[in-house]
Amino acid sequence: MKYALKRILQFMLTMVIVSFLAFLAFDLISGDAATALLGTEATEEALAALREEMGLTRPLPVRYGEWLLGFFTGNLGVSYIYHQSVSELIAPKIAVTLLLSFVSFLLIVLISIPLGLSAAKRSGGILEASSSAFNQLCMAVPPFFTGMLLSYVFGIMLKWFMPGNFPDLHTDFGGAMKHIFFAAIAIAIPRIAMTVRMLKSTIQSEMRKDYVRTAISRGNDRSAVLRVHVLKNSLVPVISFLAQTMAEIVAGGIVVEQVFSIPGLGRMLVSSISNRDYPVVQAIIVILALWVVLSGTLADLVNQRIDPRLRLGGDR
Amino acid sequence: MKKKMNGFLLAGLAITGLLTAAILLGTVWTPYDPAAMSGSEKYLAPCLQHPFGTDNFGRDILSRVMKGAGTTFFIAVLTVLIGAVFGTAAGALTGYFGGIVDDVLMRLNDALTAFPSILLALVVISLMGPGKTYNVVLALGLVFIPSFARVTRTAFASARDVNYIKSARLMGASSGRILLVHILPNTMNVLLPSITIGFNNAVLAEASMSYLGVGATPTDASLGYMLSEAQGMFGRAPWYALCTGAVIVLLVFGVGLIGEGLQRREGGVG
Repeated sequence: MKYALKRILQFMLTMVIVSFLAFLAFDLISGDAATALLGTEATEEALAALREEMGLTRPLPVRYGEWLLGFFTGNLGVSYIYHQSVSELIAPKIAVTLLLSFVSFLLIVLISIPLGLSAAKRSGGILEASSSAFNQLCMAVPPFFTGMLLSYVFGIMLKWFMPGNFPDLHTDFGGAMKHIFFAAIAIAIPRIAMTVRMLKSTIQSEMRKDYVRTAISRGNDRSAVLRVHVLKNSLVPVISFLAQTMAEIVAGGIVVEQVFSIPGLGRMLVSSISNRDYPVVQAIIVILALWVVLSGTLADLVNQRIDPRLRLGGDR
Repeated sequence: MKKKMNGFLLAGLAITGLLTAAILLGTVWTPYDPAAMSGSEKYLAPCLQHPFGTDNFGRDILSRVMKGAGTTFFIAVLTVLIGAVFGTAAGALTGYFGGIVDDVLMRLNDALTAFPSILLALVVISLMGPGKTYNVVLALGLVFIPSFARVTRTAFASARDVNYIKSARLMGASSGRILLVHILPNTMNVLLPSITIGFNNAVLAEASMSYLGVGATPTDASLGYMLSEAQGMFGRAPWYALCTGAVIVLLVFGVGLIGEGLQRREGGVG
């Protein structure tokens, strides 16, 4: 319990630091938000009035505090380009990105765990070597390339979905899911390969430990030892790895949303960077960071439930 | 048990060697001028004159890929160089000397490595201004420092109390000499695989960023930018996307095999 509390405090501290850095960095470069909103031809009086109205004349820490509070109250400023409140702009996109991440994660877990287990049983031989080589090949395929092929084959040729025509999530959930499913495959392929590789090396190094040799020498069945002892002990690094996978999914999503024209946070982030729409960039970065840091924290909390040694502050 | 060569290493070196040769050749000679347009040769399928076909302007795709792969390749090499040099320096100093600087830097490192590299690179790019090639190199280079620092720190920290280092210290060797001459060569077995992984991440990140249009400037078109172009004409000229994509895959695959081979050579199988 004490550990969990410490971990949660650490999580909040990380988020405060991340959000402060995001705020400070963009505050420094974006220059004057009033000029960005009104354009360079605006009169000095109009600019001064808007600055006053937006509260830009107040000190930085106050503005940071208010902005941070905005994540809870929904007041995150106004987009320079769309002249619309940032929270209104990004709220509908969060659900899309979350759904995409979730489906990708599910695919990765469901496919890579059985594959990883069977890969761990192989060692040496041509089969093992060729499956490792195939694994490397899958890792080499960039998600946006797979995405391009998938959207051509299943979208344009087979017409299972219309690339670039993402239906509204609420009115046509099934149609939206088709887009999301293929995008998730594109994200998942290299990640599945990495997870299989990781599972294989974790399990194999666990299999070389003394307790496994003892268990087998006492007449236990190899696969029973694997199932009962090894898997349990391999769980902790695997869960940490899966949390890292969540971060990679977020990264893959940024690109793949672009390929499939899925209106999620990633697509919005990229267009806002090109447009220098800093309030939107700031908000999206903090939300994506929250998602990444949160999955790391959850993984740690689960791990210390599984392995009591971690609760004592020990390191594996 | 220690084999100098293995199949992975050999295949990886062969693929990477061929591609590097083609890329180097591309800096001095390409079959056609990569920018030369030809109204009569639009959308030609791969043939003897144009092994990779031509695009919507009648430009020879093989020539463009040779140039574009060069851009991607050099950005990746520079990126890894920045990451490896600064990361190793940071890892060596913090790992060898330890102390409060080590603690602080490592916590910062933990926070940074938790983030996917492309997200961090996008943040840096958006701070420095998108669409400039050297900004991409800087952004990716910065992003790659922490992972190298982490790997080398462990190696340097574990070498600190080993007997031969202690005796070198007793003999009066300076810290700089110990770090560079005695420990650094012994970290190669972890550093080399990280360099291969870093190179691949850099290629993929660069390709993603230029695909998104925030990477290298269109004038030095990289493979990612070409793929985003190719996506628009997939129906008319699928060979454009396929050939460009295949080159990215091969580039990463070759170096990945080298990494796999190196790891197997070091630690047996697995």
